[in-house]
Amino acid sequence: MIIKNKAIVSDDWTILRLSENETPESITVPAGKMIVPLTVWQAQRDNLQARAELGVWLASHERPEELKGEVGKFDVIAVDFPKFGDGRGYSIAYNLRARLGYVGELRAIGDVLRDQMFYMQRVGFDSFAPRPDKNIHDALKGLTDFSEIYQISLDQKLPLFRRVKRDGIATAGSAND
Amino acid sequence: MYKYDFYDQQIVDERVVQYRDQVRRRLSDELSEDEFRMLRLQNGLYMQIHAYMLRIAVPYGMLSSAQMRMFAHIARKYDRGYGHFTTRQNIQFNWIKLEETPDILADLASVEMHGIQTSGNCIRNITSDEYAGVAADEIIDPRPYAEILRQWSTFHPEFAYLPRKFKIAINGATEDRAAIAVHDIGLSVLKNEQGEIGFRVLVGGGTARTPIVGSEICGFLPWQHVLTYIESIMRVYNQYGRRDNMYKSRIKILVKAIGIEEFRRQVEADWADIKDGPGTLTLEELNRVAAYFTAPAYESLPENDPAVALFKAENKAFANWLQRNVKPHKILGYAAVVLSLKKTDIAPGDASAEQMDVVADMADRFSFGELRVTHKQNLVLADVKQSDLIRLWEESTEHGMASPNIGLLTDVICCPGADFCTLAFARSIPLAKLIAERFDNLDFLHDIGEIELNISGCVNACGHNHIGNIGVIGVDKKDGGEWYQVSVGGAQGNDTAIGKIIGPSFNFQQMPEVIDRLLQVYVRERFEEELFIDTVRRIGMAPFKEYVYATPINTEGAIDKDAYGFINKPDNYTVQRKSRF
Ligand code: HEM
Ligand code: SF4
Repeated sequence: MIIKNKAIVSDDWTILRLSENETPESITVPAGKMIVPLTVWQAQRDNLQARAELGVWLASHERPEELKGEVGKFDVIAVDFPKFGDGRGYSIAYNLRARLGYVGELRAIGDVLRDQMFYMQRVGFDSFAPRPDKNIHDALKGLTDFSEIYQISLDQKLPLFRRVKRDGIATAGSAND
Repeated sequence: MYKYDFYDQQIVDERVVQYRDQVRRRLSDELSEDEFRMLRLQNGLYMQIHAYMLRIAVPYGMLSSAQMRMFAHIARKYDRGYGHFTTRQNIQFNWIKLEETPDILADLASVEMHGIQTSGNCIRNITSDEYAGVAADEIIDPRPYAEILRQWSTFHPEFAYLPRKFKIAINGATEDRAAIAVHDIGLSVLKNEQGEIGFRVLVGGGTARTPIVGSEICGFLPWQHVLTYIESIMRVYNQYGRRDNMYKSRIKILVKAIGIEEFRRQVEADWADIKDGPGTLTLEELNRVAAYFTAPAYESLPENDPAVALFKAENKAFANWLQRNVKPHKILGYAAVVLSLKKTDIAPGDASAEQMDVVADMADRFSFGELRVTHKQNLVLADVKQSDLIRLWEESTEHGMASPNIGLLTDVICCPGADFCTLAFARSIPLAKLIAERFDNLDFLHDIGEIELNISGCVNACGHNHIGNIGVIGVDKKDGGEWYQVSVGGAQGNDTAIGKIIGPSFNFQQMPEVIDRLLQVYVRERFEEELFIDTVRRIGMAPFKEYVYATPINTEGAIDKDAYGFINKPDNYTVQRKSRF
């Protein structure tokens, strides 16, 4: 089960991770709906391109620009959070959406926990695979912690001050006089 | 000062609800301590030696009297009757129970306060000039920008899990009173030749283990772009800042590693995409926020009050206080008054609940209900009529907040040190006290004049030791003992400099004598009216070093009791050290 578009749904993608003695070149990617590591995609692009359904995932130290011009080839792109405190995945997601124009499913995988999901959805993630030992129904609640936000990100193109009429106090002068 | 609108209040209220649930889940073990740790840190809750410490944000140091009264309430109800004002203009409570923290945050939200992002690897409370709005040398009031940045950085989704903490300071006057050169980002307001307003942007400054003065990344950034430009700095740092080694993870290390030119290139490449986009600040929003910081209803008053001059002539204590604690104001007949939280027998920056109530009261009666926390851990009433100075002096004297020592040797900046902090190598509060006791002669202090003595209990340098004219830092000699290294020549402000270590370390009891010898060299060498720092700059470190180490320093016969009554034996004192913050 994963969370997708704010609902709990079943999921039949498999995430392929390299074990220690496998290399991106040598590994055989099983048939079916596989989300492969970026390095595997790069090493086996010619074979993998032919698949009807394919996903790729990025590690937190990898650069989204490596997928420049290719994002449209995937049904899902995932970003791995090795530890929830490793915040690089937020900028990776932002760049995938804002700079590389990716519009498909963007999934957070790895150490994905309820208390970070509000931020994750803001930078462009629309699907989440919460850590398996956590209750996914609880995790879902994390998406609604706040009902208003100040700043722009991927989900919200206008800052609060351009979106709503904010209260102020009357004044004669202006700030930069 | 700024007042929350519906949205600000809603965001803070929802944070309390979110945090209350996180605490509930921690207490029921749904959240592991490891998972909870980062969540509580982002609400300002640390674990210290004796208890939890809660750090509350005082945005750019501004407080209302109602907020100060709330601190008094928290001190009484949830702590041991006092609080500690910090060098980042915040307040900390040291004896907090986890179970009570949601209630404390709810109490705070009722007066438009919170602990959001006062700790953790995120953008921290933005600090500024304690004389903002009243200083004669002000170019532009930095507080509207600080408030706009506060809102922008609050729960920024992309920058909540940075490689390390991130501190921004903003200064709007000719003289830098916000230590912008030792912040991750330092902003100073400028007007260009066309009279347009913008910022000089410094990046990669900091103290701690690797003291570095910030580099200029942009000489003039028009004000509209401040949010998007900082967003780009943050994005580059979030992606490329080191995460493998906590001690090399600040932005300053990244800037040093790739060089400011390359760093600037990357920032500008990112910025090209968002510059002039919807994130650009609007004049309408700037004016909305700035309207909260317009001048209060000043009366038109004569420049001086004759009663003050008369009283000054007959009362030396008052005269001393006027000289040190009363600062010029841009409006005729007004003054800014510093209430000293540096008194021989209390920890620098500590205030009791009673003092907090008194200060709130004084703010209501004498200063339009507002006050400020300074980065030197004192309090300021910024808009006091000359004709109220005598009453204010009498009342603050009565409550122990009129030590006439602002800017003097005993106005030390001091971190919590080994009495509270799990990382400490040595105590700092008791050392500040020992030094204050040695130099409690006011005439001597006034003769020595302006000098900054800054003390930290370890290499993390929370007490700003690197930029103290005299800096003291606890060091680890691996023998479990308590040792201090001393530096001279550090400075903050427009001529920020990192102090240089004078030589091998000293023990606790030797320290007052070390300070004394440094001062003796100064007194011997100074030109008339020359400040300590200027003498150091002129003659260099060598004469100081030579004299301090010329003869052994005797340490016998000193008593050693810390600020909270714990008795320590200097000879076999070992510092409790656990890594659990
Ligand atoms: C007792 C709890 C505290 C702990 C565990 C603690 C821990 C630390 C650590 C680990 C650093 C180094 C950061 C780095 O190198 O990236 C640091 C820096 C700093 N802390 Fe603290 N600190 C504490 C209390 C305080 C207090 C009370 C203040 C203010 C009075 C303070 C102000 C600062 C400042 C100004 C810096 C250095 C400036 C910079 O960020 O570069 N800290 N602290
Ligand atoms: S300087 Fe060291 S001892 Fe002092 S508060 Fe910071 S971490 Fe603790």
